Amino acid sequence: MARPLVLTLRALLAIVVLATSACGSGADDPAEQLAASAEAGELVVYSGRNENLVGPLLEMFTEATGIEVATRYGGSAELAAQLLEEGDRTPAAVFLSQDAGALGALQDEGRLEPLTAGTLAKVPAQYSSADGRWVGVSGRSRVLVYNPDLVPAAELPQSVFDLTAPQYKGKVGYAPTNASFQSFVTGMRVTAGEERTRAFLEGFRDNDPKAYEGNALIVDAVNGGVIPFGLVNHYYLYEKASEAGGLDKLTARNYLFPGADPGSLVNVTGVGVLAGKQSEDAQAFVDFLLGQQAQTYFAEVTKEFPLIEGVQPDVPDLPALASLQGPKVDLSQLDSLEQTLALLDEVGLT
Amino acid sequence: MTELLIGAPARQGNVPDGSTPPGRRAVRAGRRSRPPLLLVVPACLTAAIALLPMLYLAVRAFEQGVDEVGDVLLRERTARLLVRSLLLAGAVTTACLVIGVALAWLTVRSDLPWRRGWAVVATLPLAIPTYVAGFAWISLLPGLSGFLGAFVVLTACSYPYVLLPVAAALRRMDPAGEEVARSLGLSPWQAFRRATLPQLRPALAAGGLLVALYALSDFGAVSIMRFDAFTRVIYTSYRSSFDRTPAAVLGLLLVAVTLVLVWLEARSRGRASYSRVGRGGARVGATARLGRLRLPAVIVPVAVATLSLGVPAVALLYWTSVGVRGGFPAVDVGGAALTTLTFAALGALATTVLAVPVGVLAARRSGRLPQLLERASWAGHALPGIVVAFALVFLSVRYAFPFYQRTPVLVLAYAVLFLPLAVGAVHASAAQSPPGLEEVARSTGARPLAVLRRVTLPLAAPGIAAGAVLVFLTCMKELPATLLLQPLGSATLATKLWTETGVAAYSAAAPYAVVLVLLSAVPTYLLGVRTGALDRGGP
Repeated sequence: MARPLVLTLRALLAIVVLATSACGSGADDPAEQLAASAEAGELVVYSGRNENLVGPLLEMFTEATGIEVATRYGGSAELAAQLLEEGDRTPAAVFLSQDAGALGALQDEGRLEPLTAGTLAKVPAQYSSADGRWVGVSGRSRVLVYNPDLVPAAELPQSVFDLTAPQYKGKVGYAPTNASFQSFVTGMRVTAGEERTRAFLEGFRDNDPKAYEGNALIVDAVNGGVIPFGLVNHYYLYEKASEAGGLDKLTARNYLFPGADPGSLVNVTGVGVLAGKQSEDAQAFVDFLLGQQAQTYFAEVTKEFPLIEGVQPDVPDLPALASLQGPKVDLSQLDSLEQTLALLDEVGLT
Repeated sequence: MTELLIGAPARQGNVPDGSTPPGRRAVRAGRRSRPPLLLVVPACLTAAIALLPMLYLAVRAFEQGVDEVGDVLLRERTARLLVRSLLLAGAVTTACLVIGVALAWLTVRSDLPWRRGWAVVATLPLAIPTYVAGFAWISLLPGLSGFLGAFVVLTACSYPYVLLPVAAALRRMDPAGEEVARSLGLSPWQAFRRATLPQLRPALAAGGLLVALYALSDFGAVSIMRFDAFTRVIYTSYRSSFDRTPAAVLGLLLVAVTLVLVWLEARSRGRASYSRVGRGGARVGATARLGRLRLPAVIVPVAVATLSLGVPAVALLYWTSVGVRGGFPAVDVGGAALTTLTFAALGALATTVLAVPVGVLAARRSGRLPQLLERASWAGHALPGIVVAFALVFLSVRYAFPFYQRTPVLVLAYAVLFLPLAVGAVHASAAQSPPGLEEVARSTGARPLAVLRRVTLPLAAPGIAAGAVLVFLTCMKELPATLLLQPLGSATLATKLWTETGVAAYSAAAPYAVVLVLLSAVPTYLLGVRTGALDRGGP
């Protein structure tokens, strides 16, 4: 009578035993994975950037320096919240964040070490923390992606604020729930003020914009001629281009609004060292991310803007970072996402 | 054989058979003797574990003062959120009750062609995580979003929670009531509505409660469909403000809603007792002849299977066919599958062990304490995984640091999240076995532990096993808590899936999704076979 239970329990136990002893040894060995935690001498990294992008970079780091790395991947904001909960007992030594806002939140809570002047000097000041506690490692720009077959280059808008005009009605794609769109709105709030941002969002809403689930889908739609314009990050077009075999295989092109326009906000991926966790290894990691090899990786693989001098971006039709103007904004301030979401909610763009 | 309400939090068994006068039964179950410490102490421990997130939420909610809590609670947005979430949960529950009862009746009581096959097929959607179903629907119907989208996905994924207990109850039910109703001149439909349906009430309430809480706590469907329900707003709150107070307040509110629903479910059973003293006597009701409707009736299971299984299958096949060009990452998928199975098996073992004392106690004693302990075990069930994860981060970093980011804390998170699934199964099956046998055993001088081991557990075994399988299945699909708590460097199928969809690589994600669904289908199939097959022998 007890057989079903005994069988089930045995089956569950067998799974545990088999799974933990199935493979031999090696990094992929579940037995090792189960026991894995920060070993002595391992540098623990929390990464808000995707494993597929960061994984190869970390292997390069270990190869170059001999320092072993253990990584926890998650959303940047979730990891920031986890780091806040962990406090000073966190196993993490460094935090690589998808955006500046999460680093800003940790900085505000006193959870980041100050970085050395030498480290900060490698990157233009506007791409790092004003307090010197995190440093940008790669940049991305907001752009207007457009279809030249549908819109001659001469008729492109001069500012993102123009998109509320009647000639753009029903023609602009955007991704309302995407973090990149939200931080664009935050940037607009910080630089152009709440009033003007609200007016823009209301006008934009009334102009019948087309909502998409993500930036890549917008680029697809623009490239396919479904809509003429889209508000996206710059690198989606180039990712699509490398899949297609070159930018000349695609119709869509990126366009930067001239001047200090909120539509051309530059945001960064950044790195910070956790409070009390400064070490040679942590410093080596930060130095590596700001070195030639990693910066070239960002330029070539993720098509982002490298932030150090001497490494060129691999984005043929966009100006170099130095001539990107974008709005002047302290990127740490982009942590006021809550007000942005409240505003988007009120306006009805969710 | 014990039919068991998968996950049913039955107060007094789940199968009404009308063979015992309620009064007599109540006296039996309500013995006022002091509950044995052997059960009470571990049951208290289980309840304490289930309440751990509350401790954390209270700390975080009140750290900025009571005013802040009131501020969040009284926001117009919070009220809207509550209404929206309850509407969604209500709509999903209603739809699941209708689908679950229809399919259960067709597969158990009618002469539907291939009904045993349909019984298994109808259970399989449990193997599909909502985030997979959500992506599938979005990729087929890009316009689907909001309330309708969340409603469709949640209903398609969670109706088996109703189907399983209702099918089990239908099979155990004494058909005499319905027969009498027919003989008094009621139409088949009237007889079903007035004689059968009331007897199904405990099964409906139990299944409906699980669906409602599932709809409240699920993140996959509401986030993909961009519907602002509790979980999505709690996530957004963590993501947007880095201020953990609003999320904690909303979490507490969600726990309060859960406990109200649990209480309502208990009340909906009223004081009626559905347990039995003996096991014999029940017949399976006569098979209803569908007549000319026999073939057209197949449309019902076909339609449900198309929406709940067909859509995800088409999307997964498409993604896989696109992804095959890149080669099948067999090593990665294999490693992630082994890790997934290990975590889930440990989660199921721990959860079941923790659930046994609570379930047995609740089935055997009617006092206030057993009831309280059982309800406490529900506290974590409606919380989003991320809240439970943060709670365990907070607590284990401070008080159990050696275990932090190691397997034990992750397993504990699974237990907090999924305890009710196992407690309900233990309670239901323990309540169905006659307490008289235990009394006999005690009278022979057997010690309480021996009685538990040699009488109670063996009698309840099939039910407990089914509960363990359900927890196993649910752990396999869990994502948010696993992401934050799994040991450094490990990866489950669900977290790999998350990684791949994070770079919009649906085709690269497909192999993980396919393996996850196929692996989950095995325990789901076992549950379905249990329910689908008619009693074949057994006690």
